[in-house]
Amino acid sequence: MTTWNYAPAPENRDIAKLRPSYQMFVDGRFVDGEGEPLKTINPATEEVLAEVSTAAESDVDTAVQAARRAYERTWSKMPGAERAKYLFRIARMVQERARELAVLESLDNGKPIRESRDVDIPLVAAHFFHHAGWADKLAYAGYGPDPRPLGVAGQVIPWNFPLLMAAWKIAPALACGNTVVLKPAETTPLTALVLAEIIQQADLPPGVVNILPGAGDVGSTLVNHPLVNKVAFTGSTEVGKLIQRSLAGTGKKVTLELGGKAANVVFDDAPLDQAVEGIVNGIFFNQGHVCCAGSRVLVQESIVEELQEKLQYRVATLRVGDPLDKNTDLGAINSKQQLEKIVELTDSGDEEGAQRWTSPCPLPDKGFFFAPTVFSGVSQAMRIAREEIFGPVLSVLTFRTPDEALAKANNTPYGLSAGVWTEKGSRILWMAQRLQAGVVWANTFNRFDPTAPFGGYKESGFGREGGRAGLEAYLDV
Amino acid sequence: MSDSRLTVSKTYKLYIGGAFPRSESGRSYPVNDSRGRFLANAAQASRKDARDAVAAARKVAPKWSSATAYNRGQVLFRIAEMLEGRHEQFVAEVAAAQGMQPKRAQAEVDAAIDRWVWYAGWTDKIATVLGAANPVAGPYFSFTVPEPTGVVAVLAPQGSSLLGLVSVVAPVICTGNTVVVVAAQDRPLPAVTLAEVLATSDLPGGVVNLLTGRTAELAPWLAAHADVNAIDLTGAPPAVTTDLERAAAGTVKRVLRAPAAEPDWSRPPDLRRLRAFLESKTVWHPMGV
Amino acid sequence: MTTATELPAELADATRDDASLRRFLHGLPGVDQVGVEQRSAALATRSIKKQSKLWAIDTAIGMVDLTTLEGADTRGRVRSLCAKARRPDPERPDVPQVAAVCVYPDLVETAAEALRGSRIHIASVATAFPSGRSSRAVKIADTEFAVQAGATEVDMVIDRGAFLSGRYGEVYDEIVAVRRACGPAHLKVILETGELVTYDNVRRASWLALLAGGDVIKTSTGKVSPAATLPVTHVMLQAVRDWHTITGEHRGVKAAGGIRATKDAIRYLVAVHEVAGPRWLTPELFRFGASSLLNDLLMQRRTQLEGHYSGPNYVTVD
Repeated sequence: MTTWNYAPAPENRDIAKLRPSYQMFVDGRFVDGEGEPLKTINPATEEVLAEVSTAAESDVDTAVQAARRAYERTWSKMPGAERAKYLFRIARMVQERARELAVLESLDNGKPIRESRDVDIPLVAAHFFHHAGWADKLAYAGYGPDPRPLGVAGQVIPWNFPLLMAAWKIAPALACGNTVVLKPAETTPLTALVLAEIIQQADLPPGVVNILPGAGDVGSTLVNHPLVNKVAFTGSTEVGKLIQRSLAGTGKKVTLELGGKAANVVFDDAPLDQAVEGIVNGIFFNQGHVCCAGSRVLVQESIVEELQEKLQYRVATLRVGDPLDKNTDLGAINSKQQLEKIVELTDSGDEEGAQRWTSPCPLPDKGFFFAPTVFSGVSQAMRIAREEIFGPVLSVLTFRTPDEALAKANNTPYGLSAGVWTEKGSRILWMAQRLQAGVVWANTFNRFDPTAPFGGYKESGFGREGGRAGLEAYLDV
Repeated sequence: MSDSRLTVSKTYKLYIGGAFPRSESGRSYPVNDSRGRFLANAAQASRKDARDAVAAARKVAPKWSSATAYNRGQVLFRIAEMLEGRHEQFVAEVAAAQGMQPKRAQAEVDAAIDRWVWYAGWTDKIATVLGAANPVAGPYFSFTVPEPTGVVAVLAPQGSSLLGLVSVVAPVICTGNTVVVVAAQDRPLPAVTLAEVLATSDLPGGVVNLLTGRTAELAPWLAAHADVNAIDLTGAPPAVTTDLERAAAGTVKRVLRAPAAEPDWSRPPDLRRLRAFLESKTVWHPMGV
Repeated sequence: MTTATELPAELADATRDDASLRRFLHGLPGVDQVGVEQRSAALATRSIKKQSKLWAIDTAIGMVDLTTLEGADTRGRVRSLCAKARRPDPERPDVPQVAAVCVYPDLVETAAEALRGSRIHIASVATAFPSGRSSRAVKIADTEFAVQAGATEVDMVIDRGAFLSGRYGEVYDEIVAVRRACGPAHLKVILETGELVTYDNVRRASWLALLAGGDVIKTSTGKVSPAATLPVTHVMLQAVRDWHTITGEHRGVKAAGGIRATKDAIRYLVAVHEVAGPRWLTPELFRFGASSLLNDLLMQRRTQLEGHYSGPNYVTVD
């Protein structure tokens, strides 16, 4: 039989213009922080990419003060049409440096270059573009004739979509007239700092955006700083609860975008091949490091065997390997810590009696990699059905009737997203109406757009990002 | 050497289907500045040019209206970029056309660029602001979305040769319509130069078509044309506006009536010109298992 | 209606009568247009370089059905085409021969003569190609004429009018009859996907053709636009893969019409590889119906081997 091995098709690393060290961005300049510098690594190879300056408590204070000054003296007084033009500049420059940003993102995060190139970076530009257009149209957003900003926004973002999360936070904040102090994740600081370069080149007034690399302590100092008026956090539900608790009684406005355990519901009349694609995309896109990942598939019992067979066939074709290879489908797990967590949870699946199937795909011998895994015979009580794994691990459960599917889908403290697969339009709408999830995807999955608000129900957080609804988080309304 | 150099004058032609043809009638007319001095000859468009322009606008309409709002926004922003790049040229043209002092002409051009930016930012928001999910009294999901009406004929304002022109054209194409615009009769030159900007901005040919000539001659043909969905009478000669409204009634065109006097274009626009050329579609679907 | 007795029960039942056939075809899972187009586009981003690209080019050359189907075809034209089929690149004898030459029935004799002694197949269109609008008798006679003249493969067209009006049984019977008239020749069934329009129809027509015994399902006549597209071929590749899963038989797919560039041909091979499987990467199970594609493959082959871009003067015009 013929075998056709695709030759390695590596993207050129040099395009990332990697430097040996990176500094914080405060008050319009790149400066060293007082914190212990961190070393950020490439999770696919475990090599050190660069040393990054981190913020100490004093730096957080300096940055917040700078943001406060910029807000009071410049940014809150600037007409929306002028703010808009800064954001348009940033959008355009992201487009111009798209390839550089994509390669750097894959190096620092471990995600395949195809995803950072085709999904992450284009969405970053789109978010800035979309929000640029709101800056002078807030009177039309349904929040009154002259909605005002809140002041200084303290923002903490996760490592799974580093630059995209930065865009989701910075763009609406600035469009609404706030200034920003943002802390990127400890393991993925680099693209945010290149964004800082772009922001500097766009001539954004100093202090409007400040970027402070560092770990959890920096984030904590930031959100608790008395001069921060608004807190936005995307990350784990565990940390989200801590933040919500620490802000109690402070009067600060807060929005949280936390974890999920999304149900992907497949009815017996689903367009089966596309449903398989949707399931695969739902859990293996970005190595499953997605808060809205479709980590639980609820399949109508009458088609579970046929679906499982197609699913295994398809999952076995996923190419796991070098994130910089253009043919790689699944990249590296972002950190050793995360890999250990995935292993621990999948081990629990075995212990609790689920049937494990692992893709026979070859794995690289260094770096943090985990082969795509599918558990079947999963019940709602198992840890793999209840806890967020945040990795390429799918749990397959069954149901008999739509009511049962609904009950199982909603039977979780989370409520970020859900998927529905059926040819019947009325059933899509019936399910969408009853699913307790902030985002419902029907006959598709993992679709994001700056115009479509994103956010969760229940312990997946509150507040929305994107669209008209997303502006509310950054306005005093 | 250079002070005795003769300049190469521009020939001002029509803009139809992405190309710059002369009028099929072969006619032209002289355009003078505010002091009566000759500036250039402009093409004098005929009804056949108008017919061809409508055909070009219709041909590209499906493509432009089905482009994503994001894509249209980027194209409109590119128009602003290209206009900014020609800032000096436009200041000179507007100053000459309207007899303005340079500083005022500068403000006009700045405002025209910013107006494109304003409308570029509306493409992906108008559906959110004007559309709705309708809470009907029954197990149905009902939603209403705005859609572009199609081909729009626009009579550009007679006074403001650039800012006024941009203010009437940008909102039309922002939402996915295509347009045939008749430039200000006595001040058409900035319009033709704007067409050059459009031609270099990734705007598909035919989305904007520009006719220069006698408004009173061309307007009736556009108002009665059965393949034009709507007409903007802003620049219509006052004596004929009622006749034009009557002609438009022949195919139930959507009509944006002429204002009593030419507006102050420097004031920030509202949604009126966006809404005027939008249809509204309501869809129902049952919700049931 | 004739039934195929060797099929597994679930498929044999489908062909029992008109109503059963309709229930079977309409019971196939639907195809979501946006989903399949997205998956197809994602596969098209595969980056095939160096050795794997060279392999793909040579494989594609070996899969070409070199085609001429013009009213103005002459014996001279066909002889010239056959010479090219035998030796695509006169300066490079290591270039593989194409899989077949494809002509109208009245030129089969000329092609057979010109290709004598080679292993290149002689494919003929038949059944009132391209429209398929004629009587059953004419279509059978057309087929028999081609086979008697020496065709080793027959490319028939389905009756799209009958299909679109739901007369699946008629379409089925016609394919079975043509299959019989083919004798030892292989049958390719042209679905004319551009006229079927929806992916659901393409899936149904694919299964119908497979049930009726087609050896290869083919996208298009090349006379209607759109002809072959990646998503349509994707759906057809799924059909042959699923057919194999149920019956154990390997049936083939031919993508014809509008494939002019090597880049596109490689994208089709990626689809074959990842949708059907590596087993289908052989001329027995996948073909390109093309005329100008061959020259582009030859130019790209030279570029890969010589390290600089080639030009049209370095390939022959036939």
